[in-house]
Amino acid sequence: METVTPSHYLCLSLCLFSIGFLGVLLRRNLLLVLMSLELMLNGINLALVNFSRTSLNLDGSIFVFFIMTVAAAEVAVGLALLVALYKRRNSVFSEDINLIHN
Amino acid sequence: MVCSKHPVSAAMFMIISLVGVAALFVLLEAFFLAVLQILVYAGAVMVLFLFIIMLLDVGPQGGKASKMKLISGLAAGFTVSLLLVIFLIVVQNSGWLGEHSTWLPVDNEAAMTQGENLSFSTSVKSFGYGLMTKYMFPLQISGFLLLAAMVGVIVLSKNNEKEAG
Repeated sequence: METVTPSHYLCLSLCLFSIGFLGVLLRRNLLLVLMSLELMLNGINLALVNFSRTSLNLDGSIFVFFIMTVAAAEVAVGLALLVALYKRRNSVFSEDINLIHN
Repeated sequence: MVCSKHPVSAAMFMIISLVGVAALFVLLEAFFLAVLQILVYAGAVMVLFLFIIMLLDVGPQGGKASKMKLISGLAAGFTVSLLLVIFLIVVQNSGWLGEHSTWLPVDNEAAMTQGENLSFSTSVKSFGYGLMTKYMFPLQISGFLLLAAMVGVIVLSKNNEKEAG
């Protein structure tokens, strides 16, 4: 019976990050792109807490605190921009937001 | 979450994964961060997302997905999963992590006695100590960032009202 090691946590955080990255690349709904960005940040947070725990150093955990702050601010501004965009273009899909074709 | 057609179900899956990450924080003995994760993400951020989804009334994505898009999506997913498997094998078989490959016990007493060098602790007290001494300046910067974000959001929504009316 194998126990859970830090490398398992690292692999999971890499999984989270790459799922978020794929979401950013492939989804066309900008709301879901923002959500995928959150998922990427969560993967980073998990890796940071993991390193902080294994090296018994609190600095990583404090960085996670700051990353959460920045993520919350980013979501607020991003969603406000999205609402402004929706009012102008009446769409939240990235293929409808091209200035050249109009 | 990435695959679901409807944005609301995607948000629900997102909440599940955020709570899962919070549970992993608990397993890593970062209890304060787990609580913060639930409060900030599941409590505030996802509620904001769901509110915007319902405000804009975003339905499921139309069936416009072309064959090319599907193929490129499958190719990207395949490549990323292949890279993941390679990474897994490499990390398991190499000694990259070195001394960090096992769990050391957390010493809460040592965390309180050390001054400059912050060591990991499960208590919120040492977290606050670190924030108030070593990371005082970043803490104030992040407070200012939150203020700037708040003002920015207010300005964004105000300008729109003026344009519409």
